[in-house]
Amino acid sequence: MSDAIVLTGRTIRLTRRNLDAVLTAMLLPVMLMLVFVYFFGGAIHTGTEYVTYVVPGVMLLCAGFGSANTAVTVIHDMTGGIVDRFRSLDIGGTPILAGHVAASVLRNTVATAIVFGVAFLIGFRPHAGPFDWLAVAGILLMFILAISWLSACFGLIARSPEAAGGFTFLMMFLPYPSSAFVPIDTMPGWLHGFAEHQPVTPVIEALRGLLLDRPVGDSAWQALVWCGGILVVAAGASGALFRRRTA
Amino acid sequence: MAHRSAAIEASGLEKSYGAVKVLRGVDLSVARGSVFALLGPNGAGKTTTVRILSTLTPPDAGRARVAGFDVITDRRHVRRAISLTGQYAAVDEMQTGEENLLMMGRLTRLGRTEARGRARELLERFDLTGAARRAVGTYSGGMRRRLDLAAGLVGHPEVIFLDEPTTGLDPRSRQAMWDVVKGLVTDGVTVFLTTQYLDEADQLADRIAVVDGGRVVAEGTPAELKERVAGRRLDLVLCDVAGYERAVRQLGVRLVWSDADRLTLGVATDGGAAHVRALLDEIDPERRAVDRFTVHSATLDDVFMALTGHTARGESRNATGESAAEGAKEAAGV
Repeated sequence: MSDAIVLTGRTIRLTRRNLDAVLTAMLLPVMLMLVFVYFFGGAIHTGTEYVTYVVPGVMLLCAGFGSANTAVTVIHDMTGGIVDRFRSLDIGGTPILAGHVAASVLRNTVATAIVFGVAFLIGFRPHAGPFDWLAVAGILLMFILAISWLSACFGLIARSPEAAGGFTFLMMFLPYPSSAFVPIDTMPGWLHGFAEHQPVTPVIEALRGLLLDRPVGDSAWQALVWCGGILVVAAGASGALFRRRTA
Repeated sequence: MAHRSAAIEASGLEKSYGAVKVLRGVDLSVARGSVFALLGPNGAGKTTTVRILSTLTPPDAGRARVAGFDVITDRRHVRRAISLTGQYAAVDEMQTGEENLLMMGRLTRLGRTEARGRARELLERFDLTGAARRAVGTYSGGMRRRLDLAAGLVGHPEVIFLDEPTTGLDPRSRQAMWDVVKGLVTDGVTVFLTTQYLDEADQLADRIAVVDGGRVVAEGTPAELKERVAGRRLDLVLCDVAGYERAVRQLGVRLVWSDADRLTLGVATDGGAAHVRALLDEIDPERRAVDRFTVHSATLDDVFMALTGHTARGESRNATGESAAEGAKEAAGV
C-alpha cells in the first residue's frame, strides 16, 4: 500500500511536469463543449437548453479521454528500464499500476471540475440537490476509475506509445454514438442497438437525470454495474497482463 | 549447496525465447566482496544471465543462489539483497536527481528523514550535488548513469548487478564510472557486471567469465585470460602472394586473422621486443618476405578468436560499441 502511495506521488509529479499533456486533457473537452454549444447547439433540438443537455456528455468525454491517457503513461514505464528496477525492489505489478490509476483519478477529477466551472460560465444551470451532486461525483469517479484500469491494461498490451494512444482515440469517440451530444432517436435505426446498450449511455443518462432532477430510472444502476464490471475485469486482468509483459 | 563465501552460485542455467536458445548451461561462482565481469559480444546471453540472477526472469533449467537465497523459490529475499542497474537508465527524466533518489529511498522502506539523508549522501558521493535540483532530462549521459547507479545503492544492497554500465559513454565519463565501481568494492559489496569491452573487465574485475553463444567459454583472473589470449597482436604485411601463403601455412592455428587480398595477417604476441623478433625470424628467416609490421592491443575479437576459434560474429569492437551507443541514444530519446 505504501509503495502505491509513493508511486502515485511519482506519477502526479511526472504529470505536472508534462504540461502539454495536462493542457490538452483539460482544453480539449472545454473546446469541444464550446464547439457543440455555440456552433452545433442552435441546430440540435433536445427539448432543453442545449448547454444543459450536452454538459453530461462533455463531462464523460473529458473523463474518458483523460483516463485513457493512463495507457500512455503505463507503456512509457513498460518500455523504459524503470519497471525492472521496481521489480528488483520486490514491488509487484499491482502497486505500479495502482500508482498510475490513482494519479489518473486525481488528474481527471481536477479536469472534470474545470469543465464544470466553464459550463457554469456559459450558462449551465443544473437543478441538483446535495444528494444528487454526491451521486454525480460517485458515478463520475467510478467511471474514471474503471476506464483508468482498463486503459492500464491497454498500456500493458500495446507495443508502442502510438498504439497505446489509439485507446485514447477510442475513448474519445465512444461518447458520439450515445445520447451524449444528440438524442439517440435522431440516429439511423441500425445504430440504436449499439447506442442504447453501450456503457457510456447509462452513465450519461444517469448524470443527466441527477443534474436536471429528472427521474433517473434504471440508468444509475446500469451505470454502476457497467463501471464496476469493467473495473473488476480490468483490475483482475492487469495482474496477469503485467506478468506476461515482464516475464 | 552454496559456499558460505559465494555471493552468487549458478549451475546449468538455460533459457530460450521461442526457438532461440539464449543460454545453454551457464555455471558461475562469484566470491563475496569481489567484482565479477561477464564479458561477451551482443547476443551472447549476458543480459539474460543478469535477468535470471536478479529474479526478473525465471530460467528454463538450472539453479541459482544469490546472497544465499534461491532465485526461484526465495525471490523475495534475493530482491531485498540486490540492486539492478540495467542497460537503459532506469530513472525518471522529468523528476530531479534528488526526487529520484528520495523515491527510491521511500520504496526501499526508509523513513522520510532517512531517505533525505541517504539521497544527500549519494548525490555527494557521485558528484551530483550541483545537479540535484535539476530534471534528469537535462543531465549528460555520464551523469545519468551515475544517478542510475546511485538509485540502485539507496537500499544498501549486498550484491549489485550492473548491465553494461559504460556502453555508449564517452571516454571521460567511462573513466568516472570505473572509479565509482572500484569504490563500491571497498564497502564490501559484491559487484556483478557485464561488458563487451575487454579493457573494462580488465580494469574492474577480480575474475572474468567470457560468454559466447549462451555458454561460458573461459573463466579466470584477467591475468590468466590474457595469458591465454596474449595481450597484443602482431600484424604483418607480406611482400608477395608466395610469402603470404608460406606464412599462413607456417602459423597454422596461431593465425588470429588474415586478409589474402591485402597480404596481411595477424598473430598473437605479448608485445615484447624479444617475442616480436622471434616471430619475425620464424616467419621470415631470410628477412625478405615481410614488408611492414605493427603491434596492436588485442581486441575483443582477438580474445574470441583465441578462445572460441571464431570472431565475435564478425562485428569489430568498434562496430558493437557504436551500435550499442545508438541503442542507448534511442532509449534516452523515448
